[in-house]
Amino acid sequence: MGRTKGKVETMGIIRTKDLVYEYIRRDEEGNVEGITTAVDRVDLDVQAGEFIAVLGHNGSGKSTLAKHINAILNPTEGTVWVDGMDTAQEEHIWDIRQRAGMVFQNPDNQIIGQVVEEDVGFGPENMGVPTKEIWERVEESLKAVGMYEYRKHSPNKLSGGQKQRVSIAGVLAMHPKCIVLDEPTAMLDPKGRKEVIRAVRALNQVEGITVVLITHYMEEIIHADRVFVMDGGRIAMEGTPRDIFSQVERLKQLRLDVPQVTLLAYELGKRGLRLPKGILTVEELADALAECGA
Amino acid sequence: MSIILDHVNYIYGEDGPLAVKALDDVCLQIPDGQFVGIIGHTGSGKSTLVQHMNGLLKATSGHIYFNGEDIYDKDFKMKKLRSKVGLVFQYPEHQLFEIDVFSDVCFGPRNLGMDQKEAELKAFDALRKVGLPAELYYQSPFELSGGQKRRAAIAGVLAMAPEVLILDEPTAGLDPKGRDEILRQIKELQSQTNMTILLVSHSMEDVAEYVDRIIVMNKGRVMYDDVPKEVFSHYKELEEVGLAAPQVTYILHALKDRGFDVDVNATTTGEAVETVLRGLTKKS
Amino acid sequence: MLRDITLGQYYQTESVIHRLDPRVKLGGTLLYIISLFLFGNFLGYGVAAVFLAVVIGLSHVPLGFIVRGMKAIVFLLLITVTFNLFLTPGRELVSVWKLTITAEGLRTAVTMAVRLTMLIIGSSLMTLTTTPNNLTDGMESMMKPLKVFRVPVHEVAMIMSIALRFIPILLEETDKIMKAQTARGADFETGNIVKRAKALVPVLVPLFISAFRRANDLAMAMEARCYRGGEGRTKMKPLVYRRRDRLGYLCIFAYLVTSIAVGRLRF
Repeated sequence: MGRTKGKVETMGIIRTKDLVYEYIRRDEEGNVEGITTAVDRVDLDVQAGEFIAVLGHNGSGKSTLAKHINAILNPTEGTVWVDGMDTAQEEHIWDIRQRAGMVFQNPDNQIIGQVVEEDVGFGPENMGVPTKEIWERVEESLKAVGMYEYRKHSPNKLSGGQKQRVSIAGVLAMHPKCIVLDEPTAMLDPKGRKEVIRAVRALNQVEGITVVLITHYMEEIIHADRVFVMDGGRIAMEGTPRDIFSQVERLKQLRLDVPQVTLLAYELGKRGLRLPKGILTVEELADALAECGA
Repeated sequence: MSIILDHVNYIYGEDGPLAVKALDDVCLQIPDGQFVGIIGHTGSGKSTLVQHMNGLLKATSGHIYFNGEDIYDKDFKMKKLRSKVGLVFQYPEHQLFEIDVFSDVCFGPRNLGMDQKEAELKAFDALRKVGLPAELYYQSPFELSGGQKRRAAIAGVLAMAPEVLILDEPTAGLDPKGRDEILRQIKELQSQTNMTILLVSHSMEDVAEYVDRIIVMNKGRVMYDDVPKEVFSHYKELEEVGLAAPQVTYILHALKDRGFDVDVNATTTGEAVETVLRGLTKKS
Repeated sequence: MLRDITLGQYYQTESVIHRLDPRVKLGGTLLYIISLFLFGNFLGYGVAAVFLAVVIGLSHVPLGFIVRGMKAIVFLLLITVTFNLFLTPGRELVSVWKLTITAEGLRTAVTMAVRLTMLIIGSSLMTLTTTPNNLTDGMESMMKPLKVFRVPVHEVAMIMSIALRFIPILLEETDKIMKAQTARGADFETGNIVKRAKALVPVLVPLFISAFRRANDLAMAMEARCYRGGEGRTKMKPLVYRRRDRLGYLCIFAYLVTSIAVGRLRF
């Protein structure tokens, strides 16, 4: 049950067709040991303004897929279009990278500047944006992620969640149409995770930027419009968070788990209680149970 | 036989202007064979605390006793303490360095002065205990998956035959299944060997199912120190310091507020199912 | 501890020295260092010390912070002093066993110690008051003429800037790795040089692997943000000389003239 934006069927901001990515494994002498298919015939169509979540266990191919959207990797077979441009064509590469920004997992390994504001200015500098406009972009981007008061700080002194918000601001300053976040919360504590997810949701809802969030934390996807679950390089499940969470057994097979509320609702359902499928929040479950008991 | 911390204080950068009190008057007793969870968010002092227990950090003031001996005593052998209190750090990448997994696990026992044969026996035993498949023993540790690296790192410390095993965030960066697998393995290890295990984590949900006792750290102080049920009953206070009780705690409290007779002390999903079913039937 | 090294670190505060153009600071530091080697008497060093003290005062960097940074190089300083003290031939002052201290040796040792201390404080003051990005911008701009000889000026500057950014991160990581291996019974403090060097292998291997992984990640992150070398790049903080910078140059010139004039005086 994918959400369509009600308009005439136009090509989405991100589209992949029969995308395959293979890499060759070599032993120490450089001999070919075998071929691993990291992404296996993936078709994706993301509409502008959508919030997409891609779930999957470690090694399911979700990060490899993400790197195609930014033209860091090129498909072995198939095609990826970003805003109508084919990522395999060399002449589009910089336009694609500007339009589809990317935030990575490790907060330390993607901050280039020694001062927060200089890091946020790095992207616009590379794009050749005039000085005055760089300052404007840096200011608005830092404000959008709530890090403006830290603009003169050294990134080394920030918490993990703050560093990731600076990275997001760095991408935002390039005025992208779409942001791909590759497990941005994997190295953060619960507080940092919440900060980052809040910032990401604001980008989507306030700025209208298309978001592709890659994660293995189930709590982070409940606000997504659509969820893709990857396994073995393929898309194993697709639907709204509610659709996905109602399939507890299937998720367990795919090495994922569900939020404790959903699990509890599921276990209670197995014991004969009639509860709606795919419960996501504590409130929902308490209300549903209150109805059962009344 | 135990670890006792007696009014331990630790100040970072003592002489500088940025002195931070990382541990503030910490008194604890860890008896033998207990499975303890140490919870706190980043900067709460939980990692600093465990680094004191094997002498990697020295308290600014206060005493620490291991099996009755003061570890700051002149005659006390720190090296012996480090072999008795094993500490596995958060990132296995920080300790794996050898050409293959097996040699890496031998590193600890060899440092303790064991001969090659004895070290290998210990390494073999440790690798078996952490459940690493035998075909990986002679692979490079850098080619293992995240969960396997974690196991190899734990084996590396376990091979030193410690009496106490401390694990700093052993589930960081693992996917949900990998996390459950490693926690279950640790629990099994604990029940098999009756070893004292301290599990440092920032997730209440992760540890609730496994541990006998939870120590909550906040701003360098021990905030709560009790069995999980009791600690979670303070879920509102925990929330204020940026920690969360397991979601079931919230559901049960929400139900209780709506007039259901449920036991709010249930901490695991299994316990919650039972008490909710009982509560619902009672009301109707 | 490794973290105490302040050489190459930036100290965050507001001051006139912080706001100076990096080219002024770079040029000034260079001239200051040269001046230290031109003095023939201690009066010159007096002028140099006064100048340094004024600049430290203006920079708002606490003296304690600078002094703590010196701790790391005390060892180096001691070696230099000791060598000069005992190995300079000349008029004998004191002689114990096979060691002789000469008047010339004492003089050279003291001069060397003063020179090195001021040199290090002077150059670390530059890095303390200039963000590395700013610093590399300054170098890039000053080395521009070298482009004629096909020197990749922008690339060199970028490499330096990244190296500076990762030094504190890698130091912290080294600390963590050492702790992890100490917990496994590794011993870095006892034994002879060979044994100690060997003991470093379990630290260096994880450190190198991590550094390579970081480099790889960073390259990817830079490309993702449209980095493609210096061509067509604009600057967020372009270097423009202002009144205070011209004043800065004037002060340096005044210092140079005074100190050398005083320093070359013969009594």
